[in-house]
Amino acid sequence: MSFLLLFVIVPLLTVIAILFSKDIKQTRWIAAIGMSVQLLLSAALILMYLKIRAAGITDDFVMVKNLVWFPSLNFNLTLGVDGISVSLIALTSIVIFAGVFASWQMENLHREFFISLIVLATGVFGFFITIDLFAMFVFYELAVIPMYLLIGIWGTGPKEYSAMKLTLMLMAGSALIIVGLLGIYFHSAPDGGLLTMNLLEISRHKIPENVQNFLFPFLFVGFGILGALFPLHTWSPDGHASAPTAVSMLHAGVLMKLGSYGVFRIALFLLPEAAHNQGSLFLILATIGIVYGALGAIMQKDLKYINAYSSVSHCALILFGLLMFNRSAMDGAILQMISHGIMTALFFALIGMIYGRTHTRMINEMGGLLKVMPLLGAAYIIGGLASLGLPGFSGFVAEMMVFFGAFTHADTFHRVVTVLAASSIVITAVYILRVVGVFLMGPIKDEHHLHLTDASWWEKLSVGTLLLFITLIGVFPHFVTETLIGNSLAPALERLMSNF
Amino acid sequence: MWQDITLQDVLIVSTLMFFSGVYGFLTRRNLITMLMSVELMLNAVNINFVAFNYFLHPENMHGMFFALFVVVIAAAEASVAIAIIIGIYRRFKSINIEDVSNMKY
Amino acid sequence: MNAFEYTFLIPFVPLLGFLIIIFNFNRFPKKLTAVLATGFIGFTFVVSIYTAWQYFFQMGPVNGVYPKFIGFDFEWLKLGDHLSVHMGTLIDQASVMMLIVVTTVSLMVHIYSIGYMHDDRGFNRFFAFLQLFSFSMLSLVMATNVFQIYIFWELVGVSSFLLIGFYYEKPSAVAASKKAFIVTRFADLFFLLGILLLSFHVGTFDFISLTNPENFESFNLSGYALFGLSIPALALILIFIGGAGKSAMFPLHIWLPDAMEGPSPVSALIHAATMVVAGVYLVARLFANYALMAPEALALVGYVGAFTSLFAAVIAVTQIDFKRVLAFSTISQIGYMMAGLGVSHYGGEEGLGYMASMFHLFTHAMFKALLFLGAGAVIHAVHTNSIREMGGLRKYMKTTHITFLIATLAIAGFPGLSGFFSKDEIITAAYQSNPLVYYALLVVAGLTAFYMFRLYFLVFWNTEPHYHLKPHDPGKAMLIPLIILALLSILTGYIPFGQFISSDGQPLHTHLHLDMAVISTLVSFTGIALAWMLYKKPSDMPQRLIASASTLYRWAYNKFYIDEVYLFVTRNIIFAYISRPIAWFDRHIVDGTMNAIGWVTVTTSHKIKGLQSGQLQKYAFAFVSAVLVISALLVYYLLNN
Repeated sequence: MSFLLLFVIVPLLTVIAILFSKDIKQTRWIAAIGMSVQLLLSAALILMYLKIRAAGITDDFVMVKNLVWFPSLNFNLTLGVDGISVSLIALTSIVIFAGVFASWQMENLHREFFISLIVLATGVFGFFITIDLFAMFVFYELAVIPMYLLIGIWGTGPKEYSAMKLTLMLMAGSALIIVGLLGIYFHSAPDGGLLTMNLLEISRHKIPENVQNFLFPFLFVGFGILGALFPLHTWSPDGHASAPTAVSMLHAGVLMKLGSYGVFRIALFLLPEAAHNQGSLFLILATIGIVYGALGAIMQKDLKYINAYSSVSHCALILFGLLMFNRSAMDGAILQMISHGIMTALFFALIGMIYGRTHTRMINEMGGLLKVMPLLGAAYIIGGLASLGLPGFSGFVAEMMVFFGAFTHADTFHRVVTVLAASSIVITAVYILRVVGVFLMGPIKDEHHLHLTDASWWEKLSVGTLLLFITLIGVFPHFVTETLIGNSLAPALERLMSNF
Repeated sequence: MWQDITLQDVLIVSTLMFFSGVYGFLTRRNLITMLMSVELMLNAVNINFVAFNYFLHPENMHGMFFALFVVVIAAAEASVAIAIIIGIYRRFKSINIEDVSNMKY
Repeated sequence: MNAFEYTFLIPFVPLLGFLIIIFNFNRFPKKLTAVLATGFIGFTFVVSIYTAWQYFFQMGPVNGVYPKFIGFDFEWLKLGDHLSVHMGTLIDQASVMMLIVVTTVSLMVHIYSIGYMHDDRGFNRFFAFLQLFSFSMLSLVMATNVFQIYIFWELVGVSSFLLIGFYYEKPSAVAASKKAFIVTRFADLFFLLGILLLSFHVGTFDFISLTNPENFESFNLSGYALFGLSIPALALILIFIGGAGKSAMFPLHIWLPDAMEGPSPVSALIHAATMVVAGVYLVARLFANYALMAPEALALVGYVGAFTSLFAAVIAVTQIDFKRVLAFSTISQIGYMMAGLGVSHYGGEEGLGYMASMFHLFTHAMFKALLFLGAGAVIHAVHTNSIREMGGLRKYMKTTHITFLIATLAIAGFPGLSGFFSKDEIITAAYQSNPLVYYALLVVAGLTAFYMFRLYFLVFWNTEPHYHLKPHDPGKAMLIPLIILALLSILTGYIPFGQFISSDGQPLHTHLHLDMAVISTLVSFTGIALAWMLYKKPSDMPQRLIASASTLYRWAYNKFYIDEVYLFVTRNIIFAYISRPIAWFDRHIVDGTMNAIGWVTVTTSHKIKGLQSGQLQKYAFAFVSAVLVISALLVYYLLNN
């Protein structure tokens, strides 16, 4: 019994416990306890991981454990983590923890809601703890499917349409991914040995370059759809706008990172030559995504749409950093995954809370809310400042590392895309300040808003947790980039750089 | 006399029988007649079983058993089919196949 | 062994103050906040003074050169394998001087604010933000490397944003804070690119190794750059754009006048004395690089500075908002400092401009803070910003009047006051190296004297409007800082500044350049005299003058329509022709494509659903025909093999 397996077992036990709950109070407390345990588990995992590294073990993946699954096809449930997956597991547990508290008053079909939410989280945890491609794929699907129900049943606005669009687009991504994975599987043993889906074993051999070139677009685009790669990002604004609060948080915060993690772990790591051959094409798409998402956000009026477009921009920066193939930029990209995960979860949580009070998300129907709800308003401003890359918060460090890494390429193409990407810091400032100025500051527009209340304790807990981590990472980035991630990037970098 | 009958002769008969069944099944509009056509096809197959058994493997009885099995199943199937037909008649007041086309789209 | 390790306290203590106050902002009584904040900043002030004493007097120059110390240092972040970002405190001439400036003005503003903000609901919030600003500014000043400057550059920017938008219910304040942040952010983008370019080629962020002329040869500066500029020139120009944004140089000056929406103490601290000179400080920090690696970039600094100075002075003549006049005056004076840097060379007597610029920064901080605090006192008393609704206040606010007069004389370059000495040095430096800049600065000196005295006469003399409440001097908390700053405005001019601050670390002996002094004094007297004639007593002369030069007046009054140009560009070009089309494109083209795929699928299925007729016999017919066809194929295949 591996420690890592607990990350899947605890949520499943929580789901079973929720089945027997009597009312919403019990349900939410069970969920809260389960996810707190999960948070503690990830703290323990970080400590264990650091201890293992401190003991001088330099394996690419640690705590590796092989559980046989389909022996005939050699599909196994291979568990194993490195610094990157450890930090993403921590991110997931932070976001789901905050998400449970953000949906504290989900009265409608509460049991089903929390079960779907936690099943979704289970899928995400599972994805991060395995290093077997097939198992990863299964967990990926497990994470995507509850999304349909969560948006379709508990959403707002044109929820069926959004849910359908989101699920179908992600399923199309899955179809591409499975093609890519099978392609890798059938080339995993060029010397005639046993075919395998195990990441480590595949990485021992070189997949022929023409095969790589064929498979790379499947995997990159497949995972890219989830990572909001331009122009396949359109599920995200509609999906996020319709989804209930906790689902938006989890989806934008964690699920989109599954996409970028997949790009990093599978597409770039296993197909390095193809990554070099086709990198510039996707780099252009990522750059467009960064600028385009930010410009698109300027003109939106719905808070959730603004945040969704901002997510498109920020997630494109992750892909941008990954495609720079060097230490600093990739470090930055990983940090951006964590940073954006927490930040966007914070935004969606706050938007949900504000919407719950004002019953509108249109910024021009609100005004001066800072006076009525100083805590939520201040949290939104802090989140906004973090999002526009203010030093002291995690986003700044991530952006800087990406830009520095990008700037080490001295050719014109990279310079141009870097300057374009960097220009997003101004555009981001424009839309963030515009939103803050319109709906939080200024005079109060709607006098009904005068009687609104500020955050309740569960909301404070949810928002406070997220704010705490944004600041901690921003002030002590060293811990994440050096202590936690450290040399975990080295294998990928080595493969990417070896022939160039 | 009957000893002169070859496997081929029997197969010709059964094929004719089978295609009469097919023809009936495809052209008749009456459900009962269609059912009878199905029986015709089944029996054509039965003849084949028996014929193959008799001519090719006279030392064992598998074909005979299979034919018997088919006869029994066909009886059961016919009763179920007729029950369905009666059900359809009660609902549509007709056993014309063209009136029973609710399973489209 | 490190004598300056304690300097980490200087930024750390205000940070602590910020955290303590912000987490208790609805719990602490006002008195406690005031005592805590002022105590913290007072402590910082004392530590800074001690640092200065230790640095300049106890240690002094080694072999005739002031050394540079790293007081305190730790690695904050690693960027890739070669670069790393450190946080620490750098102790050298410029940073120690700035410490004195920042802590002095900050302390005065803290004390003043106790009185000024006394009745404000956001008292605690205000002091928390002041502490945040002090922390960021002090860390910026003592930054050991370019990246640290950039980090705190952003943080002072956000403190400024928070304080300009302090009255967040006022739409104009919100708009002003937004504008300030976005304009400086836009400039910061170039700053960032400059840092990226410089660090990529030089391989270090660290000021000590970056600015040491002995290292210049080892820098790898080869490579192409844009517009025929060399790499260092391009990088330094980009960095200067960042500095120009923060220091409100033309054409990025538009945010500063609007920033006056913040409370007056904020204008004094951030938008007059400290943050806005950060750009000057930045250029001064990298002065060796500007002067030796890219003289063309330095020349640009000089021309931009001189032009801005002239431009803002012309606008200041026409403004009628009390604080806006002062804001344009600030822009103009910062332009002076920039011009001073721009005409300087590196080292020795040639480095006069550098020293003069720092000197002016120092004296300007004192008298400009005093002017703003005085303005705050006046506005507090008469409840309006428009100088048309003021007049004759000398009778009611005696102390304010005297201190304001001292500051006005100082900025106008009246002999014997601090502004006279520092301005004189800049004009001398300009005379020695660049006639164009020299004449511009001379004109500005006259204009400065004129518009400052115009302001002074209109507010304290001239006709007295009807006041609903009789204006009076403010309370002690506000008066004491005014008096202290007035004394400083007189005395700081007598500091032998060259002994302490110079471009290359060697003390510079300066003397009064009599010919220059006479010319500049004459010019400023002319300005004062003109203002006296026009504005001391009510007359219709100003109106007639305006009428005779109405076009020029209208343009200057409307700030040469620069704001409108920006508005046009952002609203009518970027928003209307880029952002909106993108939003539309996303909804209709990109998303439309996705929906179209869905539509095609659904339609195709509609079209072929007819095959599913429900007619059993049709299915059976298809089935049987297919079987026959397949059998036929099979037979054909078998026969052919």
